[in-house]
Amino acid sequence: MDPAIFLIQCLNAVQYGLLLFLVASGLTLIFGIMGIINLAHGSFYMIGAYMAFALQPLVAQYLGGGFVVTVLMCVLLATLLGYFLEWAFYSYLYTREHLQQVLMTYGLILVFEELRSILVGNDVHGVPVPSWLAGSVNLGDVMTYPVYRLFISLVCILVAILMFWVLRRTRLGMMIRAGASNREMINSLGIDINRLFRIVFAIGVALAALAGAIAAPVSSVYPGMGNAVLIICFVVVVIGGIGSIKGAFLAAMLVGFVDTFGQVFFPAAAGVMVYLLMAAILLFKPEGLFKQG
Amino acid sequence: MRFFLRAILVLVLIALVLALPSIASSYYLSLIVKIMIYALFALSLQLLVGCTGLVSLGHSAFFGIAAYFVTLLTPQTGAGNMLLLLPGAVLAAMAYALVTGALALRTKGIYFIMVTLAFAQMAYYVFHDTPLGGGTDGIYLYFRPELRLGDWVVLNIDNSFTFYVFTLACLLLSWLFLALLMRSRFGAALTGIRVNEQRMRAAGFSTFKYKLTAYVIGCGIAGVAGFLYAAKDGYVNPELLAWEQSGLVLLMVILGGMGRLWGAVLGAIALTLLQEVFQSQALLGDFAKNWHLTFGLAIIALVAVLPQGLAGLPEQWRERRRSKSISPASAQ
Repeated sequence: MDPAIFLIQCLNAVQYGLLLFLVASGLTLIFGIMGIINLAHGSFYMIGAYMAFALQPLVAQYLGGGFVVTVLMCVLLATLLGYFLEWAFYSYLYTREHLQQVLMTYGLILVFEELRSILVGNDVHGVPVPSWLAGSVNLGDVMTYPVYRLFISLVCILVAILMFWVLRRTRLGMMIRAGASNREMINSLGIDINRLFRIVFAIGVALAALAGAIAAPVSSVYPGMGNAVLIICFVVVVIGGIGSIKGAFLAAMLVGFVDTFGQVFFPAAAGVMVYLLMAAILLFKPEGLFKQG
Repeated sequence: MRFFLRAILVLVLIALVLALPSIASSYYLSLIVKIMIYALFALSLQLLVGCTGLVSLGHSAFFGIAAYFVTLLTPQTGAGNMLLLLPGAVLAAMAYALVTGALALRTKGIYFIMVTLAFAQMAYYVFHDTPLGGGTDGIYLYFRPELRLGDWVVLNIDNSFTFYVFTLACLLLSWLFLALLMRSRFGAALTGIRVNEQRMRAAGFSTFKYKLTAYVIGCGIAGVAGFLYAAKDGYVNPELLAWEQSGLVLLMVILGGMGRLWGAVLGAIALTLLQEVFQSQALLGDFAKNWHLTFGLAIIALVAVLPQGLAGLPEQWRERRRSKSISPASAQ
């Protein structure tokens, strides 16, 4: 394989993996700490992407801001949405069986998809790449690589570093880690578990929406984009071990590389590769790479 | 007296079942057959989820494999023999269940859910990406299988009434089989595994073998449903094996109520009817286009008011009445 092509594929794999990590890290936190199998997580990714599409003209008109302001608006609104959803729907389900939660989050997927279809329609829309990131860099003599994709990777890495810092160095992070390894214990230690749940859920929603918003200029926005990302994120969470951010990061990179290079080397079996990887890992490590608690 | 009442009830039911096709239009008949097929599919999953505690999100694979088996092995020129196709389809589903189940049962809980999903996705991509079953376009089944002994055609299910009775018979026989299974020593062992697997192992049961057997049986019955589905529509495509299909049948089991066989049937009826009602232009007018919204809200509302599913409703009422009658007494 030509080294330039190889490099491009590696960059693609890293970018895909990092995006997956953003979505999956929220999922694994919600899963590990709140014990909720949140099928609606893919919808939050979709909502982020559609907000980036719908808010861009509004932001330009009223706030005079560009892409960065739009993305910040998306994250802010998504955080509020997460806070509201946890209060209105999820908080009633903690005492129920897991599968009841699955049923409700499935209902939420349907509602979100249909609201999207009513509000924006079913067409595929492109989201423009901001002009200051529209160029491309040269790789070798003939190959080029778009700057915007590098920008995505950069943003994801910054968010990942921020997340590790919060988890390792702050009081909130300490509570989250404690919650992931033993929920009952931190409740009995006097930490307000309901508040913690609400914060964790809002963070998870915000991360998924951020991923959707910055991916929108590359992937464009289309119906069903949430479901496509949902299953692959569950694969990432399970490979990494539930509740483990470190595991989610490694698993996301692994899935990114396997999927990207699977499409290059075995185009006929590209879809199966990721699932083969998951089955193989779970057969040797039945609880994922890094299980918490 | 009681016996006569019961006998009359059964006779009325039988009469109703036989009279139904002549009352109902062909649209409703086809809807009823669809509900029965999904009820059978949900029953087979209930054995795993509700009775054994194995939550599988890959159940559609077995449904789809059986449907593809029938479609691919029916000759182009005439009807295939059901005597070979039905057991063949079920055995194909069971064979895949045996291999994947033996591997998947090494894991537990959410990991089990994901591994079953992974194996179902593998089967999905086999039909989706290879030309074996016509790829994403799917393939048509032009002739419904018939039951033949030599040259003698014993049963032909081309007629919509015969197909209806045949589906009903499959549903009732499978239901009876599962009900007897759950009453047997084997079924008691499965219940024990669901409640406390550790303890069952301590009591000397080799739980892995029990779970694997239950898994293979459940998947075989899903194969029967898949066979009927292919025969009903005469068309199969890879979406039969998609995770959305597994999700839907899991929802039927959860909504209906876990652990009770008839819960699965109730759930299948309720979900299919809800879909039909919210999609009906006649009832909801233009809003029927956005039926996902009402369907989703209905699901959320049902979860909120039915913690034990539809089948748990009588128990829920009884408990509420008991708590109402107790509280004033204790206050005195």
